Amino acid sequence: MFAYIVRRTLATIPVMGVVALFVFSLLYLSPGDPAAIIAGDTATVADIMRIRQKLGLDQPFFIQFGGWVWRLLHGDLGISIFTNLPVMTLIEQRVEPTVALTISTLLVTIPVAIPLGVIAAWKAGTWIDRAVMVFAVLGFSVPTFVLAYLLIFGFSIGLDLLPVQGYSSIRNGFGPFLQHLVLPTITLSLFYAALVARITRASMLDVLAQDYVRTAQAKGLATGQVLIGHALKNAAVPIATIIGIGIALLISGVVITETVYAIPGIGRLTVDAILRRDYPIIQGIILLFSAAYVLVNLAVDISYTFLDPRIRY
Amino acid sequence: MKHRAKAGRPLAAILFFLAAVALVSAGAAAQAADKTIRFIAQADLRSLDPIWTTAYITRNYGYMIYDTLFAVDKDLKPQPQMVDKWTESPDKLTYTFTLRPGLKWHDGTPVTGADCIASIARWGKRDALGQKLMEAVDKMSAEGESFTIALKAPFPLLIEGLAKLSSNTPFMMPERIAKTDAFTQITESIGSGPFKFVREEWVPGNKAVFVKNTDYVPRQEPPSFAAGGKVVKVDRVEWLYIPDAATAAAALNAGEADWYEQPPADLLPLFRANKDIVVANVDPLGSQGILRFNSLQPPFNNVKMRQAVMALVNQKDYMRAVAGSDEKLWRVCVAMFVCGTPLATDAGGEQLLKGPDLAKAKELIKEAGYKGEKIALISATDQPIVHNQALVTAEALKNAGLNVELQANDWGTLITRRAGKAPVEKGGWSIFHTWIVAPDLLSPAVNFPVRANGDGAWFGWPKDDEIEKLRDEWFKAPDLAEQKRLAAEIQKRAYEIASYVPTGQFLIPTAYRKSLTGIIPAPVVFLWNVEKHAGG
Repeated sequence: MFAYIVRRTLATIPVMGVVALFVFSLLYLSPGDPAAIIAGDTATVADIMRIRQKLGLDQPFFIQFGGWVWRLLHGDLGISIFTNLPVMTLIEQRVEPTVALTISTLLVTIPVAIPLGVIAAWKAGTWIDRAVMVFAVLGFSVPTFVLAYLLIFGFSIGLDLLPVQGYSSIRNGFGPFLQHLVLPTITLSLFYAALVARITRASMLDVLAQDYVRTAQAKGLATGQVLIGHALKNAAVPIATIIGIGIALLISGVVITETVYAIPGIGRLTVDAILRRDYPIIQGIILLFSAAYVLVNLAVDISYTFLDPRIRY
Repeated sequence: MKHRAKAGRPLAAILFFLAAVALVSAGAAAQAADKTIRFIAQADLRSLDPIWTTAYITRNYGYMIYDTLFAVDKDLKPQPQMVDKWTESPDKLTYTFTLRPGLKWHDGTPVTGADCIASIARWGKRDALGQKLMEAVDKMSAEGESFTIALKAPFPLLIEGLAKLSSNTPFMMPERIAKTDAFTQITESIGSGPFKFVREEWVPGNKAVFVKNTDYVPRQEPPSFAAGGKVVKVDRVEWLYIPDAATAAAALNAGEADWYEQPPADLLPLFRANKDIVVANVDPLGSQGILRFNSLQPPFNNVKMRQAVMALVNQKDYMRAVAGSDEKLWRVCVAMFVCGTPLATDAGGEQLLKGPDLAKAKELIKEAGYKGEKIALISATDQPIVHNQALVTAEALKNAGLNVELQANDWGTLITRRAGKAPVEKGGWSIFHTWIVAPDLLSPAVNFPVRANGDGAWFGWPKDDEIEKLRDEWFKAPDLAEQKRLAAEIQKRAYEIASYVPTGQFLIPTAYRKSLTGIIPAPVVFLWNVEKHAGG
């Protein structure tokens, strides 16, 4: 197992190298010029050229890419063109809200979605199953921003219980921290709970049709034992996979939720950087995302060995 | 009944939980609220150098933490701000300035004349009016709290230049910072203005925080535009960047924000229905919509084609698209130097004032020999004011039988594309729209779209020696009467060559909670003099 983890971790290096080259090339070729944005509406072409020169954007591709890789090898993700702040500082500022939102969403999603999926499979074809599926369809169908506005209207404007927007760091107190997370968490959880519930149901239906489940039932085991101890354990691999994908998606930013609730997370940092062509930030974040995806996948793969002893690496 | 009671329990539990969460943090929030203004800014503050960039948000940041030597009042007259007294030699070649006593940088060091000349020199490398001034400067020297500007030739606009209201505003910075190359962004936020920037609380894309500069010594005169006493009446100002307009509106309605700088027109009825919110036009001048041609490439390298499009312009259509149906928020205006200002005139704009004339446009198109060349109308969907104008133009051009293609992208792409001079078939452009705040259009000195110096001109690069000659004469005009005459001549000629078309003048109202008082009516938002009362 240890050898496997080392092998997989080392395998991330070429993956990230390819990602870095691909992203850099894409940005180099895409339309848009940060110098023009900096220079503003009143600028002349000469002003823009001077700024491009100062930023080194007039250099050939390989010089720009080489310089970036060289800095990267020294642990330096570069400096944001606009804010003049290190990319690492900007990412650090945004990591806490994103991680907090990811954890809170998982804490709500998993205890709700897995039991719902198990019950729906157990009661397949009944009104309970249909109710769970209606919930799942709603979760997929209601656009995030619509749900967010409805929650803001109800809980912030109507009942005046929760803030409309923003994020309060846990360092400023647990109360405000929690208060600011409630609505975004509900917004995100609806979608993820629907996703996990559906996968759980499908996976459980598959397992519940197996002979060994029938045998367990025939031996007189309690329903709970059959569902949890036998069926769910064997249905867990696809569920773990979908939760892993969910974590990766949440870490890489949930732009609409962050935008509607004005949460300074990674997703908004990415979109803002793309809109203003702040290349060092985009490159830094993409690298971070690729690392996060690789690590989450690794964690999911490792979890398989605990969930299903037949799987070995 | 029993079932209903059971069903209600989870909801009651959720509400109880939320109420508890709300109560826990309400106390802490209330304590800090009264002396803090939470201001939803027009844009994200992402650059901290108002000379390096012309972004209005950075200019506004400049007004928070920096000060200026002179500043214009509500009559657009320059008044001393950091300057205590100044003299002009009889030959108008030497100006000597003495700073007000007690001016200090935020790091506690005194402001000196050397700081000022370094700041003027840096500004003079980037700003168009500053460049013109520096062409006239022979040398600058400083001694203690005084400095002198010696000119090669009289420059009547020297004081107006130093009082320039909008980007680039000549903000004063410490000499060591002002010596930074003008094309390189400065790295510090040390000014001598009424607020200090709290750098460690700055989260680009989210929040910028300012605190009162307790060492600041304001002037005694009442505030008027950027001039007069900058008396800070709160402890702290938080600029919030809330990209979603509906969320920003909800934050203002719920009292989480005190002031929403530029709400979209469609949200104004929502605020008007809230008795705790004031909707006001604090900018007396507003902004102008702009239709700009690429004068280098076909078909708009032909003046008759530009005139044809101008004949299609119905400013009312543009203004309804930009500012809504409330006619108090916009006006038909052909004055390139802004309606309601000293240089305003209708000269040359009579046709535009009358409204569209399709027959005349078609005649001009025929005379131009238009053969159906593609017209690339570039637009940005993330800028509603830009895109709404483009939609009106696309429709008008189609109706006139022109081969127009609306190429909509984002603002970042538009401003990159417009800098390219290539033909349309090689990714070039024919027309773009933008909008410009009145302070950037007020006179031939600052109005950049009116310039016609070819490659050195604004995007579109019109070339017309007569306009440039008139502009040079305007700089030397000895009095307002002569300035007005020359401005009218420049405008008349600009309409003849149709280098750009104003699409109307509009106001963007602001919305704030009634707990705020003392907001200064001005084309730039200022946070001094604003008081926050309890119970808002």
